[in-house]
Amino acid sequence: MRPSAVRLLNILVPVKRTVDYAVKIRVNPDQKGVDLNVKHSMNPFDEIAVEEAVRLRERLKDEVKSIKVVTIGPTKAAETLRTALAIGADSAIHIEVPESAPAPEPLGVAKALRAVIEREKEGVDLVIMGKQAIDDDAGQTGQMLAGLMDWAQATFASKLVVDPKKKEAEVTREIDGGLQELKCRLPLVVTTDLRLNEPRYASLPNIMKAKKKPIEKLTPAELGVDLKPILETIKVTEPPKRVGGGKVENVDQLIAKLKEAGITPVKS
Amino acid sequence: MLRLRPFLNAGRLQRGYASAAGPHALVLLEHRAGVIDSGSLSALTAAQQLGGQVSGLVVGAPDEVKGVVEKAKKLKGLNTVLHSASEQYAHTIPEVVSPLLEKLLSDNSPYTHVVSAHSSSAKSILPRVAARLDLPAVSDITSLEHDGSSNATTFTRPIYAGNAIATVRAPESVRVKFFTVRSTAFKASATDESAQVEDKAVDPVEVPNPPTQHVRTDLTKSDRPDLGSASRVVSGGRALKNAETFKATLEPLADVLGAAIGASRAAVDAGYADNSLQVGQTGKVVAPELYIAIGISGAIQHLAGMKDSKLIVAINKDPEAPIFQVADVGLVADLYEAVPELVEKLKQQA
Repeated sequence: MRPSAVRLLNILVPVKRTVDYAVKIRVNPDQKGVDLNVKHSMNPFDEIAVEEAVRLRERLKDEVKSIKVVTIGPTKAAETLRTALAIGADSAIHIEVPESAPAPEPLGVAKALRAVIEREKEGVDLVIMGKQAIDDDAGQTGQMLAGLMDWAQATFASKLVVDPKKKEAEVTREIDGGLQELKCRLPLVVTTDLRLNEPRYASLPNIMKAKKKPIEKLTPAELGVDLKPILETIKVTEPPKRVGGGKVENVDQLIAKLKEAGITPVKS
Repeated sequence: MLRLRPFLNAGRLQRGYASAAGPHALVLLEHRAGVIDSGSLSALTAAQQLGGQVSGLVVGAPDEVKGVVEKAKKLKGLNTVLHSASEQYAHTIPEVVSPLLEKLLSDNSPYTHVVSAHSSSAKSILPRVAARLDLPAVSDITSLEHDGSSNATTFTRPIYAGNAIATVRAPESVRVKFFTVRSTAFKASATDESAQVEDKAVDPVEVPNPPTQHVRTDLTKSDRPDLGSASRVVSGGRALKNAETFKATLEPLADVLGAAIGASRAAVDAGYADNSLQVGQTGKVVAPELYIAIGISGAIQHLAGMKDSKLIVAINKDPEAPIFQVADVGLVADLYEAVPELVEKLKQQA
């Protein structure tokens, strides 16, 4: 399909505006959701994804042709795109949905991302995205996108080395109990783990520059996707509250409490 | 969950009489070094609560599959064990395993649910397969209830790192309901030596020239239990000063309790402990029998990762530390005196 000659990398980074990770969320009394009238910021795993894309460009220089960020969200989600542009992305796509719209599901998001990729004239070689959003904690979108595109996938990446000439990437993944190394052919979807990098703070000049970078606005209808959730959220409730059991005076009392709970030391 | 029990038991009793339209779960039985993962055994328990047929699926390299199938056939609650062996399945690469699952779940398949642990491997595979079949998936469920008359399944799952619980319903229109199971919320399914479950080989689906190749896997060799599934966890925070003190203070206690070691984000960021040990909103979520928080103040992000532990013990110098609000047993003391004393006295009991 594509010419086999050396091709420059086009990177797409999907990002999500979420409630800031430091906010203690409150469940609404109507049990329909949580209070969203709080500080929002970019999903922490997505910040890592943007940072990784920018670092790839710093390593590969001109071989990275474009870094495009994309988000699906209400008008305010544009702030998240500006943040990504300030970190170093070149341009952005904002798939705008009404503030009142229900949160799209990973499958809907993956389909929208597929539609975005398909309209990119130069194609997309690498999608880097967070392993999960800290609001719905689903952790599915990257895998779903890779499945829909029939692309390679590398989830929970803690190290990414891309060879644009060979159109290959070596990825180290965090798996249960250790690490796994994969060699993946591009195009590829990578999802980021916390260990991948430490995102930079955008400098003031870069924040100013980001204001001039282009954000293209689209609607789900223009992409031909339906973001209506398939699963029905019946209610959102508070988790059971824990009450502290009080304090003990010394180590002996602590050990007595452990014993009471049936916890004994192991024989060595 | 207790509330659901009478209903679920009723469902189980009827299993033998369930019509062809009854629920039929396909449970991914993951294994490592010939042993079925405990997370998969919890997933099996969750699958049984649907009240219908339960099939297990073992996928792997030919030399592994045989032994694992023998073990799977002794599992309580399984009706059938399906197995597929191929050299290609040695490392369960999602791009290679997906086509097999897609084939098993094709239009005429009997399966109504696909169930797995919320493990790193299954988390990578299930959403990929679900999307290819144009189906949604539900992650990390903590309870479930299947309504046979409407063919809908209702799940609860934590969102916002456990600070809220969502109840979601997969309606009848979702032909196959995919879900991963939080293993700490379900008991592991037991083994029944006398059981002889029927097994059935499934032809592997060869993937020529797969886009992803396995290079190698490095498992952290440790006698300590894995943090995610350990029944006891000893965790340290910023008060541990440095990596050496962290090790020297926590390891003896973890040893005497047979516990895994965890850390707060502050301890990880300061370089005292490896990132993989981080417990909290952006790290691991644990729910052991015993969680001992040492020198951890108890920020919300940390509490999110451990507040479902059965018994929480806190040792902290600051009586106002928020950790004491959730701790079942709190000791206000200098950890450098209290922890060694605790280790000594526990050793005497052993």
